Amino acid sequence: MKQSIVSPQFNIQVENVMTWNVKPLLHEIRHSLNRLIETGESSVIDLRSIPLAPGEEEKILTALGRGELRAELDALGKSEIIETQYAGVWLISHYNENEEIIGRFIEVTVMPDILCSQSADMIDASQRLAEALQDTGGNNEGG
Amino acid sequence: MSDRKNTAQADLTLGEVLRKRGISRRSFLKFCAATASMMAMPPSMVPAIAAALEKARRPSVIWLSFQECTGCTESLTRSHSTTIESLIFDHISLDYHHTLQAAAGTHAEAARIASMEENFGKYLLIVDGSIPMGNPGYSTIAGVSNHDMLMETAKGAAAVIAVGTCAAYGGIPHADPNPTGAVSVGDLIKDKPIINVPGCPPIPVVITGVLTHFLTFGELPELDHIGRPMAFYGKSIHDRCYRRPFYDKGLFAETFDDEGAKKGWCLYKLGCKGPTTYNACATTKWNDGTSFPIEAGHPCLGCSEPDFWDGGGFYKALSMPTENITQNIIYAAAGAAAAGVAVGALNRAKKSKAQATHQKVKLEDLNK
Ligand code: SF4
Repeated sequence: MKQSIVSPQFNIQVENVMTWNVKPLLHEIRHSLNRLIETGESSVIDLRSIPLAPGEEEKILTALGRGELRAELDALGKSEIIETQYAGVWLISHYNENEEIIGRFIEVTVMPDILCSQSADMIDASQRLAEALQDTGGNNEGG
Repeated sequence: MSDRKNTAQADLTLGEVLRKRGISRRSFLKFCAATASMMAMPPSMVPAIAAALEKARRPSVIWLSFQECTGCTESLTRSHSTTIESLIFDHISLDYHHTLQAAAGTHAEAARIASMEENFGKYLLIVDGSIPMGNPGYSTIAGVSNHDMLMETAKGAAAVIAVGTCAAYGGIPHADPNPTGAVSVGDLIKDKPIINVPGCPPIPVVITGVLTHFLTFGELPELDHIGRPMAFYGKSIHDRCYRRPFYDKGLFAETFDDEGAKKGWCLYKLGCKGPTTYNACATTKWNDGTSFPIEAGHPCLGCSEPDFWDGGGFYKALSMPTENITQNIIYAAAGAAAAGVAVGALNRAKKSKAQATHQKVKLEDLNK
């Protein structure tokens, strides 16, 4: 698992003025946040779909910062879900089992779907729990 | 590589296979989010992708390699998001691929014939490499010429995917003077849907993205005028290049080690073919999303375009007069992306002119 939300950058010489995608993206996030507040509509931005210069992703992530909540998911590799310092703006990073990043999204939402328990999993869980109880003979007094 | 023990799985949908393996719905959602990103689809498509993948059935795939360097297979097998791809690849039945399969000789050919018969009309045919028409003996597999094997195998295919610039447009074997009489898949197959996935090699996730699209929706993705999926080849490198602000300001590196090169300025004058090249390198990038040639300081060679090898020199600037660039950009007031399209179109016209006069790469071009 990569510890930092900021991906390592290679030392490629770039002038410091290279921020043409950072500001528009932050504006887009602000508009999405207003939409969420006014209409309840969530939005998702796939960071892979945006042409970023070396260091720009880092700048975006630094600008968003970390907020109060951080969750780690263990499903086909790790995923890190953090609420940024701006409530309602979440950063979701999916990794595979080799700890390589396979997707990074900014979600503007009350609660990212991936954190919610899924109904198929709950049905399966209820069955497993019933089976586990049967295995113990329904005796809840037993040690 | 598939074998008969896998046929039991053939009737299961991908959703059923994943559930049998104990993969939770939440994991499946993560898988779908990464898959949408891989297919260059907007995240809003995730529910549709989840619904389609849930029901997707296991397709049979036959992969033929003709006049090629195996770079495309190398690229594919180094596809970085191993978890996601392995789920997809466990799900397809790769019945014949002479580099990857264990069987050889008559057994390998028997596997191909068996798969063709069993899945007639339904299997996916993937081809890398061009087909020599000069002399059938230039390239053969099990004594069968590439042409005959392609025509025979294409008969029962649902669709053909031409992977790499050689299969899509002839590529390096087709370069002037084309000693083997190399042609592309599309030159020979006229009665099947063909998807061209060019690149030398194509970006690994672009190959898997196209396969996944077919697996997910059971149909071809939207294609451009030369058969490439719009999702990956819809924008030029130049449209999405992070050095674009320098191009717009007229700031160019003149040599590979001058101040401009060190400051990361535009590589146009060093021969960058970004304005006439359509591919996903600038956003998808290479090597686990690390970088792409322009980010490493080298101009784009234009490898996903037909005849890129004969484009008049890798280090020769596209023939648009650079002093007018800023002017042109101002005229194209519709915005930077539109200007990119305009410049691209203009350069494409000039490029075809260069091709018509058969300019060759000279030593001075390389030493420029
Ligand atoms: S010419 Fe090449 S380096 Fe310059 S902006 Fe276009 S794609 Fe990027």
